[in-house]
Order: sequence, then structure tokens, then C-alpha cells
Amino acid sequence: MSSLTRDRIENRLIAILRPIVISVLLIVAVFPFYYMVLLSFRSLDSLLQNPGALWISIEELDLSTYLDVLLPVSDGGQGFIVFMRNSLLVALSTVALTLLVAIPGAYAVSRLKFFGRRQVSGLFLAVYFFPAILLAVPLFVFFTQLGLRGSLIALVIVYVSQVAAVSIYTLKNYFATVPVSLEEAAAIDGCTRLQTMRKISLPLAMPALVSNGLFIFMIAWNEFLFALLFLVERRDSWTVSLGLSQLSGSIEVPTTVLMAGSVILTLPIIILFFASERLLVGGLTAGAEKG
Amino acid sequence: MTQLAGGTGVASPPPAPPAPGRKERIGRSRKAREENRAGLLLISPTLVIIAVAVVLPILWAVALAFQDVRLINIRGTGFIGEYTLDNFVEVLTSPGFFQSLWTTVVYSVCGTALAIGIGLVAALALQKPFRGRGLIRASLLLPYVAPVVAATFVWATLLNPQFGFVNWVGRNLLGWEDPVAFLSQRSLPVSLFGLEIDLPIALMTVICFEAWRSFPFAFLFLTARLGAVPGALDEAARIDGATPTQRFRHILWPQLLPTIAVLSVLRFIWTFNNFDDIYLLTGGGAGTQVVSVRVFDYMTARGDIGAAAAQALVLALILAVLVGVYLKLFGRQEEQA
Repeated sequence: MSSLTRDRIENRLIAILRPIVISVLLIVAVFPFYYMVLLSFRSLDSLLQNPGALWISIEELDLSTYLDVLLPVSDGGQGFIVFMRNSLLVALSTVALTLLVAIPGAYAVSRLKFFGRRQVSGLFLAVYFFPAILLAVPLFVFFTQLGLRGSLIALVIVYVSQVAAVSIYTLKNYFATVPVSLEEAAAIDGCTRLQTMRKISLPLAMPALVSNGLFIFMIAWNEFLFALLFLVERRDSWTVSLGLSQLSGSIEVPTTVLMAGSVILTLPIIILFFASERLLVGGLTAGAEKG
Repeated sequence: MTQLAGGTGVASPPPAPPAPGRKERIGRSRKAREENRAGLLLISPTLVIIAVAVVLPILWAVALAFQDVRLINIRGTGFIGEYTLDNFVEVLTSPGFFQSLWTTVVYSVCGTALAIGIGLVAALALQKPFRGRGLIRASLLLPYVAPVVAATFVWATLLNPQFGFVNWVGRNLLGWEDPVAFLSQRSLPVSLFGLEIDLPIALMTVICFEAWRSFPFAFLFLTARLGAVPGALDEAARIDGATPTQRFRHILWPQLLPTIAVLSVLRFIWTFNNFDDIYLLTGGGAGTQVVSVRVFDYMTARGDIGAAAAQALVLALILAVLVGVYLKLFGRQEEQA
């Protein structure tokens, strides 16, 4: 009898708590992004006068922040258009190059028995968990020796080396789901191994390739430490992340203008995420945040 | 861990064992050689990139840790130099090092525990289907996918003592007397039940930020694991009259434990190595200097490359030892679970 009432009390309590917990979590997770967008449309004066306002009227709406942040420096802006181009260039090249090396690698690890296959997997795992800051020291020395020239290509190579291991790990699992019998049938029909890969294995692994590609794009777009080490001396090769972090320290650029920069940095990722959430969750759980 | 990434597994039937015969064996060994070559060929681009951009630099970092290298004399530095233990002596005897090591441990342990705790609560709260659950789930992942620079910047603005929203709420709605400098104040005296306690406010703030940013990761994994718990178990316990907390304690918890163990290791490793969040939030000031930020400071501000490399090396070794001990202690249990 007593356990029955305890059951009832607990169920009642959970029925009340569940929506509260969900609401609190949702607010905590989403509110900072709402606030980011809100501030990006306000002027600094109106923020300083009324920091507590959580919405703005139409007449307060200030779009000049976006103009400020996007215009090139020569026109008195912060040059985020150039930063966007750099980020896009770096992220897309990283995706293309990583897939180019990871697809054959993943195929080999999942399908072919070769000497040192186990050691290769161990190496990849070690790379994955290594402190990025230890890698940062020699790379910093190397680029100082070269005269600190901000090179986007070098950055892409470092990114590829950081995400290739995760990509191979993810793609390997998908290749493993492609029935061997299909490939054998193709081989009997006279396909070489490369033809089999291209005509049979790749099309079947397409969802995995797309989700992996999106995941790599996000890592490369969001990355900060290596961009800071490689590019800080050359403003015209800054990525959006680096530009935002460098400018947020200065007093001359108003916070609300930089909020517009934050929106510009975050929006592509959020659009990408909601457009492909189903696909991406797979990539997210397989890899993580290393970049 | 791989169940999400793996998708639907189509198991291929094992190939029939070939009849033992001399011809067959020769054919197979030729095929094996060919396969070996093809495998190495296909994996080699990845290996080359990792060797050039990861392995080689790490070996160089080790070499640098044993040399007296400073930013000024950096031009002539290479692998070979005068090896010395001075950097390690300097690093281990400088008073700030153990402090920052301790900060790193506190930051990683608390950040990991908090992130997994919140992730568990979120996964449990969203376990039952309802309208709009998919959208809420996706929204809860936002802190994890958003760029770290934007996330730290918006939080620094929210926590700003002059015009930050959090301080506005605190002063206007919660009755705080003074604004709190969450990111630049080392300690905050608070009286609790008549006791005066100094809260390490900046450290607590960066820990909360870490929990905010990485709880979605735990949430994602635990949600997947919860979905795989057989419904019959819960049903049987319900019929036997088990209350919700009893069902959690005796049915869900044992099922979730292996996932939580894996999550703890992963999150601990990443938090332990974390640089971006603290560098961007506090710059390592106000008692939040973790080792990776200290390495960065030694490298750029002080220009002491050798000491920076030595500290990074010590960080990596400690991490390896901690993870090794953990796997030794709990690895077997996980396999059983």
C-alpha cells in the first residue's frame, strides 16, 4: 500500500518536473543565441541605456551593425566579407582533401588485410586524443622560422591531419555495412578494385560521406587555436573565428557590431545543422570536437 | 559507441573455407600479397599527412623540450641541439606550475561531471515521445555545434559587469548589491548559513561554461543508449510495482553505466586538453590558468619555447598516465557490463 502511494507521489512529481526541466534546459541552451541575434540589431547606446530589454521595437532596429562588420576596412568596416571568404576556402578545402585521403584509407582499413593494419588504428586513436597544445609548440616554432607568413594551405594541411583519423574511423564502419558479395559480383564482372570502389562502395556509402563531410566542415569552420597560431600576423588571411576573437579585445569596435560578426560566424553552422540534423548526428557522435 | 555511426549493419556471410589444396594456397598467398600492397597504397596518403603534420612535429616538440630555445634564438633551432634537463627543472620548480595543474584537474573533473549530469537529466526528461521533441532535441545540441569563439563572446557579453544581462537580472530582480565580475574576479565572499565562504568565481564560471557547451554531447550518447534499453524490462518492473526512482536505480542505471564510463573518459580527455574556452573567456586570469593556456603564455608572451614544450609534454604524460590507470581499474568492468 505504501509503495503504491510512493509510486503515485513520484509519478505526480515527475509529471510536474519534466516540463520544467525541459523548459529550463531549452532556455539555457538557446537563449545565448537569441541574445546574440538581438544585440546584433541594437545600437550600443540603446544597449547601455537598457541592458535588460529582451526585444526591440521596429524603430529601434539597427541594421548598420551588419554593414559595419561586413564592409572592407578601406570603407571603414571590419572586413568580415574577406574573413568569410577565407573561412569558406579553408573549410571547403579541408573537406575535399580529407575525403580524398580518407575514403581510400577507410576502404583499406575495413576491407583489406595489410601489414600493420592494427598499428595504424592505434596511431589514429593516439592522434585523436593528443593535446593540441603540444602540437602547437613545434608548429609555432616552424612558422616563426618561416617568418610568420599566414598561409591558408598550411592550415588546411594541419586540419586534414587532425580530422583524417576520425573520418577514416567513421567511414570504415559504413564500408563494413556494404555487403562483400556485391563487390565480389562486380569483380567477377571484370571491375578492377578502383572501379568497384567507385561504382559500388561509394554510392552505397554516400549518406556517410555527406554526414562526414558536413562534420569536417563544421570543425574546420569553428577551429580557433591553429588559426591563431598561423594567421594572426596577416589580417587579410584571418578566418571569421580569428577575426572575431582579435577584434573583441579592442575598444574601438562596439560590442553590438561584433555581435553581428558572431551571428555571421554562427549562422552558417546553425543553418547547416538544422538542414541536415539527422545526417549530422551520426557524424557528431562518431567524431567529436577535435579540430 | 559505434552504434550510431554504424547505421544498420548488414552482416556478410563468412566466406566458405576453401578446400585444402596446393594450388589454392598459392593462389591465396598471391591474392594476400596483392591485398597487402593495395591496402598499404590506399592508406599511405593518410599516413604521410599524419606523419608530416602530427608525428614529426610531436617528435620535434620532444626535442625542443630538452633544449634551451627562446623566441630570440629560434632561427637556428632544429632537432639536434644541446640537450639539457633545465626546462623540466625550471617548470617543475616554478610555483605556478602545480597550481595550474591542480586548476586543470579541478576544471576537468568538475566540468566532466557537470556536463554528464546535465546530459543525463536531459536525456531522461526527453525520453518519452511528445510533439516537438525532435526540434527540442536538435535545439539542445546548439551549444555543442556553435563556434567556440562566438559562444565565448556572447557569454562574456552576458556576464559583463557593466551592461551584461546576467548582472542586470541579478541586480534588478535578485537583489544583488554589486555587479559580479564573473570572468575577472578570483574569489567572491559569500555568506552561507552564517559561514563566510570564498567562492572561486572565475573558475566556477569557466566550469559552468564547459558544462553548458558539452552537455549536449553526453545528452546525445545517453539518448541513444536509452533508446536501446529493452522496453520489456521496464514494463516488467512496472507490473511488479516498482516506482520510477526504483526503476531508474535498478534498471536504467546499470544499463547506462558503461556509456557513462566511456563518456567520462572522452570528456575528461578533451576537457583536460582544452585551450580555446579558457583562453577566450578569461585569458587564463583570475585563477583559471589551466596548463594548456600556460603553455601558450610561455610560448608567445615569454618566448620561452623550451619551457613551453616541456610543460606540454608533462601535460600529455599526465593525461596518458591518468587514462592508463583508469582503463586498468575499470576497463575490465566495462567489458563485462
